[in-house]
Amino acid sequence: MSARRGSARQAWVALRALLLMTVALGIVFPLAITAIAQLAFPAQANGSLVRSDGRVVGSALIEQSFTTAKGVALPQWFQSRPSAAGAGYDGRASGGSNAGPESHSLLTAIAARRAAIEKSDGVTADRIPADALTASASGLDPDISPAYALLQVPRVAAARGLSESAVRALVESRIQGRELGYLGEPVVNVLELNIALAALK
Amino acid sequence: MGAQLWLFAAQLGTVILVLAVAYRPLGDYMAFAYASPRHLRVERGFYRLIGVDPSSEQSWPAYVRAVLAFSTAGIVLLYALQRVQELLPWSLGLGPVNEALAFNTAVSFVTNTNWQSYSPEATLGFTVQFAGLAVQNFLSAAVGIAVAVALVRAFAARHSSTIGNFWVDVTRGTLRILLPLAAIAAVLLVAGGVVQNLDGFHTVTTLSGATQEIPGGPVASQEAIKIVGTNGGGYFNANSAHPFENPLPWTSMLQIILMLVIPFALPRTFGRLVNDNRQGYAIAAVMATFFVVSSTVMTLLELGGSGSAPRLAGAALEGKELRFGIVGSTLYGTSSTLTSTGAVNSMHDSYTALGGGMAMINMMLGEVAPGGVGSGLYGMLVIAVIAVFIAGLMVGRTPEYLGKKIRAREMTLASLYILTTPALVLAGTALSFAIPGVQADVTGTSIANPGLHGFSEVLYAFTSAANNNGSAFAGLTANTPWLNTALGVAMMLGRFLPIVFVLALAGSLAQQDPVPVTAGTLPTHRVQFGGLLIGTVVLVSALTYFPALALGPLAEGLLHS
Amino acid sequence: MTSPLITALPTAARKLDPRLMWRNPVMFIVEIGAALTTVIAITEPLLGAPAGAGRPLAPSFTIGIAAWLWITVVFANLAEAVAEGRGKAQAASLRATRTSTPATRVIDYDETADATAERARVVEVSSADLTLGDVVIVVAGQVIPGDGDVVSGIASVDESAITGESAPVIREFGGDRSAVTGGTRVLSDRIVVRITSKPGETFVDRMIRLVEGAARQKTPNEIALNILLASLSIVFVIVVLTINPMAGYAGREVSIPVLIALLVCLIPTTIGALLSAIGIAGMDRLVQRNVLAMSGRAVEAAGDVTTLLLDKTGTITYGNRRATAFLPVGDAEDTELARVARLASLADPTPEGSSIVTLAEEQGQHEPPARGAIVVPFTAQTRMSGVDLADGTQLRKGAASMVSAWVAETGGIAPEQSRHLDEIVTRVSEAGGTPLVVAVRDAGGDARVLGVIQLKDVVKDGLVERFAELRAMGIRTVMITGDNPLTARAIAAEAGVDDFLAEATPEDKLALIRAEQSGGNLVAMTGDGTNDAPALAQADVGVAMNTGTSAAKEAGNMVDLDSDPTKLIDIVRIGKQLLITRGALTTFSIANDVAKYFAIIPAMFAAAFPGLAVLNVMALHSSASAILSAIIFNALVIVALIPLALRGVRYRPVSASRILSRNLLIYGLGGIIAPFIGIKLIDLIVSLIPGF
Repeated sequence: MSARRGSARQAWVALRALLLMTVALGIVFPLAITAIAQLAFPAQANGSLVRSDGRVVGSALIEQSFTTAKGVALPQWFQSRPSAAGAGYDGRASGGSNAGPESHSLLTAIAARRAAIEKSDGVTADRIPADALTASASGLDPDISPAYALLQVPRVAAARGLSESAVRALVESRIQGRELGYLGEPVVNVLELNIALAALK
Repeated sequence: MGAQLWLFAAQLGTVILVLAVAYRPLGDYMAFAYASPRHLRVERGFYRLIGVDPSSEQSWPAYVRAVLAFSTAGIVLLYALQRVQELLPWSLGLGPVNEALAFNTAVSFVTNTNWQSYSPEATLGFTVQFAGLAVQNFLSAAVGIAVAVALVRAFAARHSSTIGNFWVDVTRGTLRILLPLAAIAAVLLVAGGVVQNLDGFHTVTTLSGATQEIPGGPVASQEAIKIVGTNGGGYFNANSAHPFENPLPWTSMLQIILMLVIPFALPRTFGRLVNDNRQGYAIAAVMATFFVVSSTVMTLLELGGSGSAPRLAGAALEGKELRFGIVGSTLYGTSSTLTSTGAVNSMHDSYTALGGGMAMINMMLGEVAPGGVGSGLYGMLVIAVIAVFIAGLMVGRTPEYLGKKIRAREMTLASLYILTTPALVLAGTALSFAIPGVQADVTGTSIANPGLHGFSEVLYAFTSAANNNGSAFAGLTANTPWLNTALGVAMMLGRFLPIVFVLALAGSLAQQDPVPVTAGTLPTHRVQFGGLLIGTVVLVSALTYFPALALGPLAEGLLHS
Repeated sequence: MTSPLITALPTAARKLDPRLMWRNPVMFIVEIGAALTTVIAITEPLLGAPAGAGRPLAPSFTIGIAAWLWITVVFANLAEAVAEGRGKAQAASLRATRTSTPATRVIDYDETADATAERARVVEVSSADLTLGDVVIVVAGQVIPGDGDVVSGIASVDESAITGESAPVIREFGGDRSAVTGGTRVLSDRIVVRITSKPGETFVDRMIRLVEGAARQKTPNEIALNILLASLSIVFVIVVLTINPMAGYAGREVSIPVLIALLVCLIPTTIGALLSAIGIAGMDRLVQRNVLAMSGRAVEAAGDVTTLLLDKTGTITYGNRRATAFLPVGDAEDTELARVARLASLADPTPEGSSIVTLAEEQGQHEPPARGAIVVPFTAQTRMSGVDLADGTQLRKGAASMVSAWVAETGGIAPEQSRHLDEIVTRVSEAGGTPLVVAVRDAGGDARVLGVIQLKDVVKDGLVERFAELRAMGIRTVMITGDNPLTARAIAAEAGVDDFLAEATPEDKLALIRAEQSGGNLVAMTGDGTNDAPALAQADVGVAMNTGTSAAKEAGNMVDLDSDPTKLIDIVRIGKQLLITRGALTTFSIANDVAKYFAIIPAMFAAAFPGLAVLNVMALHSSASAILSAIIFNALVIVALIPLALRGVRYRPVSASRILSRNLLIYGLGGIIAPFIGIKLIDLIVSLIPGF
């Protein structure tokens, strides 16, 4: 068998193999997994949607903004981490800022966020945790650190006319420790916290 | 920092423990899968349909032709699917992908690189994702393992003119190894919160009254093979940082383990097939050493948080997800860059300069510790050939590895192998700055962070492409004609030239009769040889990339540390 | 060391010819760099420093770099020239033997009717005119005009011109001592020689070419190593070529001389410079041990040998069996046995006979030989020898069966005694000895057996240790002997060889080699006889004894001029040493790069990128002095290692693991550390030069 004839035959074999594999791996496999997922874990498979007052308000896994349309923080809600997804918190454009450690724009942004929090929450710069000042990798990070959540308690309580201790207790009850004690970091899910907050009377 | 280090130690310990537990059963299973003379019924049907005789063996040139034919078909089909996207069902109304990007993406997924010049949410519909990309996630991984197995067979062979049957190897790799693992992984990921549906985006009104679009799609089925096959191409732009790809710390840990499990078990398969399990342990131990050292260094650097922005913010959390923390991010980043996966759960571009440099160094090691599925093993074995050559001379014998002599032909092929990737990385990076028109485009359009960090972005891109990793300093706008083309070429040559060299090497090793082991034979299963192998990997890459690293991450990191 | 270096200088300079340099790619790159830097050094003052070259460096810097690059190339050539020079001296003395001598050629030689050529017509010709197949007569005092085989006669020949051994050797027709070498001198008698070589292709011609290195071809391992070195060089060329485009992004391009300096420092110049010298020196070490390898490939193969076939006689044992004990039978007296054995052997001219005499005399027997005794010589039929004394007493010694039969003729042996005798005979045989039964028949009386003389092969001293060494090196030794398996096993055990081939015929030997080779082993053997030729040719390393036949010498790929079979062990050692030296210097060369990077990278970029100043771990004085110091170190290390390249790395026969550990420590770790110290020291001196 000459090399050229061999190559032609191989190409024909390759094509058939590829098409068969595409059917098996590209169509049957994902559909089968979808079927299993929808039967066994429908909530997760469909985006871990959460409801408030009977309507879907988002996904527990996807960060959302609690700001005015212009991006000004609404004081009555716990604020999420800054987001670099699209124009911010854009579910169609996940992603980080990709600003390098010496990036001017990042330095400016951090300084601005810090100034804003200093102003809105009346705290000194050294008390502001890093997650409050930095954008996440996905721009859709649903969590903030307990420190950042607790830092926001006085502002939220004041804005809602609630007692600080009640709000603080709410936050503390919402702190999720590390999985198995050593995976990840202690976090507070902002959307779930705010849903609980809205229900707090 | 102390507490964080304990966390790191515990997480690293978990990874190592699980890999150690999986090493023997999975490695033995894979050895059995490739060595078994029996064909499953579904396989026999498949061979009949594609018209191959599974019992016939191929010479190395025939094996090469089969690899190239299969991969070329893959590139053509994937390119075509993207170009006619608007005609396909479930395309979410997205249009055709432009030529350069379609070329880049097709090459990227077929070469197991999964570099993404595009933002998936905005570019690709479901059909291209699952019928095109996900299929290549399986097949490119299966090709990698097949080539590695062919090389291992050659070491075990005596006086053989054939190195196996590619169609059988690729079919078994897919059906017996990747598919079952991916199915289990997919279900686990769904349980953790990864979405798996056929809905598009749906719009919700948020708690505060704004609107937000929540994405959907067959994510888990693709995510599973993306990780198991060390592919790394994300369903979403944010890749495994996206909460729908990687919702929880434990799913992140699961992904780390799944990335590493096949590459780390393949040395066992190697040991089994050459009938000397100690050889497998030696290779695995070398890989593990790199993994432990590299992940520790990167973690220390990120926890140290040097550089202006991390200092100003108080920690290097820009581009990192809080649920993973710094430790969960660096462990993932190390796993991903050492395995040629290229998935990220944090943005390497925003790492500290030296931490990001570490990600680059991981790739510059040649993706051998443990490297991509298959490619890591064959890469490590080629470097072992080089190490054996120098060491063999030093013990006064014609160098031999597993009884196979390393003569001029073997040395030529091994040398060409180690020459290819550095040449592609350095030439690609240099050309990006040397060609006048291109230079303007690269510095003006592509680079997101001007200055030293911008150089690092370009260097990272070519390092990632030529080593078939696929991760990025993602600030770089790579969707330009130059970068799409140049990176596409780098990925293609970085994948297929080494494969041709490896298979040619396999052909020439298979023909040899093994030399018997005597006291004069250099033992290749001891700590001593492991150390030598580590030294060779480090020295070869350090000497090659030192100037380039000096101009990027070192210059930036040392200035601001 | 100094004087050979200086005498080799002119040769080294001549080797700068690019057409010659081309054969060594690594050094060729250095030469191109040197030429380029020289051009820049000359044009720079005229044209001004190129734009964008960073901080301008002093013109003396470029000149300094250019000068040291040339010196580097010369040093490399010097290494080769010195290695070749050692062979040249030897070649000169050999050449002296090749001057044409008169020869007496026989016309129409008739080997059946007139083998001695006494009656043949002869003609005087010049040795240069002799061709293959010519027959010449050589008489005492004449120089043998060409290589050949003795076809008639016997002569003592002075071969000191070739072997350096002053004692004359015997060359005779037939057997395994028939080969004579052109240029050697017949000291006594007259021989007829058939010429077996073409003009210009005599043994001496080949020797000259070999020692001069003219016939040198790259060996397989050398080729493989060259490929590695070439690909490393290519990597570094790419590294250096891509630096300026990359640095250009930050507007910090580097000047060409600096890039050339970096390139030269990175490519493996140390091993590149010394590689051919190592090969030549390896051959030379063999020549110094009076072994001629017909190719470098054979020397390398010697290092790979895994099976060593050794002839028992002459290699493992002293060659002749010796009497080692008198074992009386029954009630016979020790002293009588010794006395009779001695008397029976006094007239026995064989070495065995004299060893019996010696042993008896050691036991106090000094009886003078009896007058009028009749010697009964050994014959193949009787397989006995002895004497019949004047008084009628007959003394016999010989093979057990024959002597027993002789005794039985007159009286016979008591059953008990017979059993005892059998017992002793078997015991001696099993221990690898040869039993000689001694019997006496008094005049008119009955014959009786006195006892047994134990003849034994005596294993040479120190062999057990050497074989143990070989085992540690991973080499299996197989003893080849014509003895029966019983004897062979015993001697094999005593000598400590791993295996033996008993009752070996040349065919068995060949079959054994084939069997070993099919198992992947590399086989070395020695041989001298014509019937060894097939095995010598089949073996991977076949060492022919110089005393052997020309057929054997043609078939083997080495010739041992001393005809010492144990030389094989030295040859293996030299082969290994050759490979080790290459490997060690390669490791050293590559390891050196680490320090050179730490010298040059900060020197190149620290001004532009201050962060990189921390990489200047050696605290070198300035950029210029750092780069120049690295280049100077790079050049000097070549000269410093020439002696090592010529001598070879020390080799001890221990396991591969231990050798590797030792060499990794010295040449790997040492190779990383040494340049840090060396460059720093050179920098301290260079920094004293104004402008640096």
